Order: sequence, then C-alpha cells, then structure tokens
Amino acid sequence: MMQRLFQRKTLFAPSPGGTVLAYLLLIIWTIIVLFPLYWLVVTSFKQRIEVSSGPFYIPFVDFKPTTEPWHYILVGDLSNDTLRTFVNTLTIAPVSAFLALVIGAGSAYALVRFNYRPRLAAILSFIACVALAIVTATLGVSWQIALVASLVVFILLFQTIGKRFGRMLGNGDIAFWMISQRMLPPIAVLIPIYILFQQLHLLDTHFALIVSYITLNLPIVVWLMRDYFLTIPIELEESASIDGASPFQIFRKIVLPLSVPGLVATFLFVLVFTWNEYLLALFLSSAKAQTLPVVIAAQNGVRGPQWEYMSVLILIMIVPVIAVAIVLERYISRGLLIGAIK
Amino acid sequence: MEAEAKRETSINLESGFRGQLRLFNSQTERWSKFIFIMPTVLALLFLSIFPLIASIYLSLTNFKFVKGGFQLRFVGLNNYKDLLLGSDQKNFLGLLAPMTPMRWIVLGALIAALFFYLIRTLLKTRISLGGLLGRIILALGLSALAWLAVRTLGPGGRLGTLSVTLVFVFLGITIQYLLGLGLALLASQDLRGRRFFRVVFLLPMMITPVGVAYMFKMVTDTSMGPLTPLWRGVGLANFAWINDPWAARGAIILADTWQWVPFMFIVLLAALESQPTDIVEAATVDGANSWQIFRSITWPGIFPISLTLVLIRMIEAFKIIDLPNVMTGGAPGSATESLTLRAFINWRALDLGSSAAVAYLLLIVVTFFATAFVQTIRQRSLGNG
Repeated sequence: MMQRLFQRKTLFAPSPGGTVLAYLLLIIWTIIVLFPLYWLVVTSFKQRIEVSSGPFYIPFVDFKPTTEPWHYILVGDLSNDTLRTFVNTLTIAPVSAFLALVIGAGSAYALVRFNYRPRLAAILSFIACVALAIVTATLGVSWQIALVASLVVFILLFQTIGKRFGRMLGNGDIAFWMISQRMLPPIAVLIPIYILFQQLHLLDTHFALIVSYITLNLPIVVWLMRDYFLTIPIELEESASIDGASPFQIFRKIVLPLSVPGLVATFLFVLVFTWNEYLLALFLSSAKAQTLPVVIAAQNGVRGPQWEYMSVLILIMIVPVIAVAIVLERYISRGLLIGAIK
Repeated sequence: MEAEAKRETSINLESGFRGQLRLFNSQTERWSKFIFIMPTVLALLFLSIFPLIASIYLSLTNFKFVKGGFQLRFVGLNNYKDLLLGSDQKNFLGLLAPMTPMRWIVLGALIAALFFYLIRTLLKTRISLGGLLGRIILALGLSALAWLAVRTLGPGGRLGTLSVTLVFVFLGITIQYLLGLGLALLASQDLRGRRFFRVVFLLPMMITPVGVAYMFKMVTDTSMGPLTPLWRGVGLANFAWINDPWAARGAIILADTWQWVPFMFIVLLAALESQPTDIVEAATVDGANSWQIFRSITWPGIFPISLTLVLIRMIEAFKIIDLPNVMTGGAPGSATESLTLRAFINWRALDLGSSAAVAYLLLIVVTFFATAFVQTIRQRSLGNG
C-alpha cells in the first residue's frame, strides 16, 4: 500500500514557478529543522569560553574544535553518571516497551476475537469496594481489616446488585476504557503511585519505572494493535482452530508472525516514547534508576547551564533515536497512520 | 464507505469485535479468554483507576510524611479553595484586574455571542435532554473562560496557570496545524527528493522534549546564541526573553511547534496522498484554480482527519511540563507555569494534597475540552452529512 502511495501521481500538477517556490519553502523548513541540531553538534565541540563569548558558527574557521566536552562526559568526571543513566535508559525503555507490547498485543487480539460481556453493575460495585478499602485504610483502619471488609461488601453487592441489573458492556466499551486511559494526564495518578512505591520502598528502582511505563504505554499498544488485528483475515485462524490449536498457539504461531510490521511500528513508537519520557522518571527516580532526560534536565545546575556538556548529553540521547527514525521512517509514519487515519 | 469515513471523526472505537472463532468454546479456551485480557485490565486498574480514586481523596487532605509512613488530615475542599480563590501566589486563575467599563463591554459581547450561538443551534436542531444539558455546560464553561480572559488580559491583570496552559495548548496547536498543513501541501507535490524531506521533517518529533527545551534555550539566547547578530541588528541585544512574560511563552510555543509540526505534517501528508486524484483532474480540466480546488475538494477530504489530529494533540498538549520546566522553570513569576508544572512544584514542596488538587483540576479541564470538542464535531458532521 505504501508502495502505491509513493509511486502515485500527485494531487497538484506543479507549474515551474510553483515548483521553485515549493522547493524554497521546503528548504527553509529543512533549515529550521536542522539548524538547532547543527548548533547542538557545534556547541558540543566548543570550549566554555567560546560558548559564552558570542556565537561562533563554523568549526576550524570561527573556532578551533575541542573534544574536551566529550571527554568530560564519556571518560572524565561525569563518565560514571553518564554510563549509569545511559544503561538505565537502555534497560528500562526496551524492557518496558517489550512487555507493554506483549501484554497489550494479547489484549488487543482478545478484544478482536473473543466476545466479552462484563456486567456494568459488577464492575461498579468492585470499584466502589476498592475505593472503600483505600479510604478506610488511609483513615487509619489497619489495611487487613479494610481489605476483608471491602471484600465482604463486594461479595454482598455482587450477589445482589451485580447479578440483577442486566446492563452489559461489550468489547467496544472495554477498548474505549483502555484507550481512554491515554487521555488521563499522568500527573493525576502519579502522586498516589509515588506514595504507593514510597510505602513499598520501591522508589528509585528499575522495577517501579518499568511497571509504570508498561501501564502508561498499554493504551497506545492496545489502540494501535487492535486496529492492526482488525485487518487480519480470520480464515487462517479458523482453520488452525479446527485443527485443534489452542488460542495461545494460534496467537503465537499465526497472528503474531502476520502482524510483524504493526508490531515493529508499535514497538518503536512505545520505545521512543519511553526513551524520551521525563515526568514519571522525575517523580519515581532520584539516583540509582535515573534516566537520561532527568540527568539532562538536572544539568541546569548551580553554575548555570553548561551548554557544551549538555549538548554532548543531548546528542548521546538523540543519536540512537534519530538513527531509528531514519532507518524506519516508513514504519513510523505507518504506525501513526494506523491510529490516526482509521 | 466515503460517507462512513467522513463521519468517523474521532477515535475509531465502534467497530470492535470481529466475530468469534467458532471452536473457542471449551473450558480451556474460556480460561484463555481471561488470561489474554487480564494483565492489561489489572495493570490499568492498579496503576490508573485506583490511583485516580486515591487522588480524589488525597486532594481533599493535607498530606504529611511522618516517620515510617504518612499522615492525612482531611481538609475538605480547602485545597481547591486555595487554588480558585486563594492568595495571588497560590491562585491558578491569575491576577484579576478590576472590571472597567471597557472590560464589561467586551465580556458582555463575548457572552452575548456565545448565547446567541447556543440559542440558534437550539432552535435549529432538535436535541435530547442530554444534548441540551451538555450544551449548557459548554456555554457556561466558555463564558467562564471569557470572563477569565477579560479579567486577566490587559493592564492590571496577569495570566494564571490555567490560562497559561490554555495559551500553550490552543496557540501552539493552531500554529502547528497551519504549518503542518502548508508543508504537507507542498510536499504532496510531485517533487524530487520527497523522501529526504519526509525523513528530515520527521526528526524533531523523535527527540526528547527535554533536549528540545535546552536546544531552544541555547539557540534563542540573545547574548551568545547563533542569532545574536540578528538581535543586535534590531536592537534587542540586551533583551532576555526569559524576563518578559509573553516572550517567554513565545519561546516555549516556538520549541513546542518545532517539535510537533512533524506529527501534523506526516498524517496530513498521508491524508492528502490518499485522496482520489480524478476529481482534482476533472476540476482542473473545468478550469478551477488551485485555491478553488483546495477549498472545495481537498479541504473537505482532509477535514475529518484534521479534527482527529487536533484532538490527539490537544490531549497531549495539556500535559506539557518538560518545556516550561527546563526552559524557564515557570519564570518570570508564574508566567510560563503549566498546570502539570504547578503540580510538580507543589509536589516538590511536599504539599501532596494541593498537588493532587491541581492534577484533578487539570483532569477536569482536559475532559471538558476533549468532550466539548468531540461533541461539537459530532454534531457538525451529523448536521452536514
């Protein structure tokens, strides 16, 4: 399909003057996009004095480039910090992206192929009981009692109201609920999560960040993968099912191989998103599990921003992502399209 | 199919379940049904829904860390009261200027226009009770915003955290959409090197917002940034944008725009390229000029996807924190403080109750705008379709 798009004839037949103007405008925007990146690279090869004493544009002509900032960040004083946070980011982002993909793709598949009919009243009574447990526990009742009490209330409610009222939800409702979590500003849930991890002594651990990122990314994965699975024909799965394959086997052996492009696009999406994430990392990590964005933001220290060091750090952080972007540009635009065009 | 696609303006959720595999009925398979879905449900329940409930409660309390745990003191709506009516520093509505006759006139005109529009739609279409209620809430919400704008803009007033967030969201998205559309129109032409432009234009979106923030802080610096000669040329060499409220907001919107035009660009480009060419060709043969073609063929074709794009961006843009936190830290004063940044600042001061209250107000604001946007669109597209 993408092939067809690329080879297609254009919407507007360009006139020569129009073509020149179009190129001019496109090149202007290209410069706007690339110039800040160029400045970042140039600054990373400057000495402090050259950064602060006015703009120098071209290395070797305006100033003599130095590798001192790179040295400082990579092997010098800051190398331990850099290495630690880089390794942190490098483990946390792929691990959480991968787990979110596995969990989310399974749920997305289930939402496409199974039929769910949860009862609204049962769900509401469950949520009400958990709310009761939270409130009573925070009000000072010991949490065991709160848990047992709300469990009892839940069973009572479930047996009476939950089974009686027949309003049932469908797959569309479940999908909407999952995807709508993406609309939630993370800050609204972050403070209780922070307290939770603080009480469990899990603050500043990889575990806390990975679990939070999985939850943060699940809605995107469910959204994108569900749209992708909807395009897969059901016949193959049906014949496998007749041959006696279990749902898990069908999912693993047939559905997943068929959806590699969608999986790759979604994975990259979530990976880049997690790689760049700042707010959760800021709240949930302080030293051991710190990720790169937090370290970069923290460079605005007492002595004011140290531009040349910061440039090196930012470059370290964005070069992998830009490589991903260039190599997989088609996948990325497709990944966006799965969600948006539908 | 065409009409269907046009009506599908918001996130596609209606067409869900595709048909059960016929043999998925036995006991083991009934179990697998739950094993597939439960991890997501549990994760979202425990890290999204329950925290959300806890957050309401937290926002009604005064939170303190004490040895080995924490202490909650129920304070009712005090946190919210502080935010809405509290002293100047805590207030998230901003500094309200006294009402002058001029302000009364503007406010009166805005609200009159709003209610004129409301009554006109009420008379024109028949709507349900829920629809009526929704529209009244919308009109009241927008009136409140008009009141806020009138009181805080102009001499004597100062924008609060809420208004600053709205400025970031709506000004930013407008600029991003227009630029993205313009570039997509240009790039949809049959030019050599289209792939190059595509890849380059995509880059900013992939960069961490923290990085973008520092990059722009550096590039827009008036005393050592690359544009210094330009600033000197126009006599702004000693001007530091960080000290001027609107210049600081402008800088943040600039960085945000640089980062998010690609999103608009990519999707709009794909939408433009998937449009049928035969109508355009027919119109060209009939002698229509480019503007006419755009106005009556291209624009209706990309309108639905544009709405979805704006909605997605709007939801994301309300969460803005990285850029203001790194570029200005909210300075000067609280001129560039977004709601999330304010919640973060309160959290850092260990005032968790107040932080949760800010977060909740943000949630209410986002829900209000997203719902209003979706409902208005649905009504419009149904009316036109």
